[in-house]
Amino acid sequence: MATEQSTRTPATGSGDTRIHNIGYRSYDGPRLGRSYARLSLYSQSLRGAYGLGRSAKSKVLPMLLFVVMCVPAAIMVAVAVATKAKDLPVDYTRYAIIMQAVISLYVASQAPQSVSRDLRFKTVPLYFSRPIETADYVRAKFAALTSALFILTAAPLLVLYVGALLAKLDFTDQTKGFAQGLVSVALLSLLFAGIGLVIAAVTPRRGFGIAAVIAVLTISYGAVSTLQAIAETQGDGDGIALIGLFSPITLIDGVQSAFLGATSAFPGGVGPSNAEGVVYVLFTLGLIAASYGLLMRRYKKVGL
Amino acid sequence: MYDPTVARLTYRALLGRRRALILGALPLLLIVISLAVRALAGADDQTAADVLGGLGLATMVPIIGVIAGTGAIGPEIDDGSVVYLLSKPIKRPTIIYTKLIVAVAVTMVFSAVPTLIAGFLLNGNGQQVAVAYTVAALVASIAYAALFLLLGTVSRHAVVFGLVYALIWEALFGSLVPGARTLSVQQWSLAVAEKVAGGELVTSDVGLTTATIALVAVTVLATWYAGQKLRTLTLAGEE
Repeated sequence: MATEQSTRTPATGSGDTRIHNIGYRSYDGPRLGRSYARLSLYSQSLRGAYGLGRSAKSKVLPMLLFVVMCVPAAIMVAVAVATKAKDLPVDYTRYAIIMQAVISLYVASQAPQSVSRDLRFKTVPLYFSRPIETADYVRAKFAALTSALFILTAAPLLVLYVGALLAKLDFTDQTKGFAQGLVSVALLSLLFAGIGLVIAAVTPRRGFGIAAVIAVLTISYGAVSTLQAIAETQGDGDGIALIGLFSPITLIDGVQSAFLGATSAFPGGVGPSNAEGVVYVLFTLGLIAASYGLLMRRYKKVGL
Repeated sequence: MYDPTVARLTYRALLGRRRALILGALPLLLIVISLAVRALAGADDQTAADVLGGLGLATMVPIIGVIAGTGAIGPEIDDGSVVYLLSKPIKRPTIIYTKLIVAVAVTMVFSAVPTLIAGFLLNGNGQQVAVAYTVAALVASIAYAALFLLLGTVSRHAVVFGLVYALIWEALFGSLVPGARTLSVQQWSLAVAEKVAGGELVTSDVGLTTATIALVAVTVLATWYAGQKLRTLTLAGEE
């Protein structure tokens, strides 16, 4: 031992105590940096939203919901091909409205999965010890859930579109409908992801987050459609449009029936007029911006 | 069979902090909507039945049942603190029974009371609609709480499965496939309500006898099986 020590530490005089320099060197090569970390967080979150890279059990629900989303589209296509119909049984824009329960369940189950566990196991400060900042974390999570939702809602539209082309339906007509449908589900994905994440980011409890998200989405829709039905019996057309502003799915319905050529699912089948449609679009964009702002505020001081 | 300490802890887990807020927000919304409907449409028995049935019994009661039923035991199993409870010399079925009573009480308070208030606001209990739906909410509370408490002991994703049952099975399949309605807590409780109202407004697809048997069977079996599950509970890490 004595010889070994003496080789490592040059003798600099007696009584001089020092820590051995055992040759650790700091890394001074190129670093991947902030944008790479953000991209990794995004891809991890997106994969996580479908259970990829997680346990088999947690793949079951998102995959099941994805299949449930696509199967009706496949059946519709099969029917359209078999009966040689002139048109698809359902509009591209209408599909997401019909399947809203599935979409809500998906948001409710995956939004808390994405953010609540980071809060609960206090891993958020660890993320921020990397070169990413609050805005990067929020953007990555927001973008990941939006992309996941877009995949969920656009896939059945793609099935419908491919099926429609195979059935030799009118090309321009179908392409236009498909494009309108894609715009509408993109807006829907942004809106639902924002609402889901804001609610989920408040609570570290996953189960509670799920219940809260689903409560907000379904209760607001239930309340709005009840009130709309009553306004319909009163013959109050403006009332229907006004009430429709207060639940996410009717908001999307209003936007697409005003500008994207959709027939409204509102009672009476009368969507908002163009002027009201502008209010709908502004309201939707405002909600998306507000949820982004709230998330930023939430993560400004979390865990610190 | 009833342990006051367990009950106290469960009450605190269910209603502590912000949890009471969401539980309180839903009934409040129902009451606000009832007020709005009354102001817009005036007192109308059919409207009252639609609001109470569609919004109250079909949406609000199951969601509160899910929150209270799974919330009574789920989080404890999830974070592993249930071992401290299980290691005490209390019978496992007693724990389940106590938690069930708490969950039922919470669900009843947060669903039946607002239903009654909303009913009176909507049409002043005309044709016994308010009372009928309140009875339905009371009955449904017991069955939902027992069912979702069982789910809480069986699965980590109890909330999701509970919501899938409440929203997809009862609401979606129930409206499309008539057969699904026979196996729905909502219809069973409606059968009881139908008996109370005795009119045309509240109708159910199942008979009163079938409904009563089904309700009792589901509650008793779910509670018993939850007790059995808790006896052989395996604790595992997250996911």
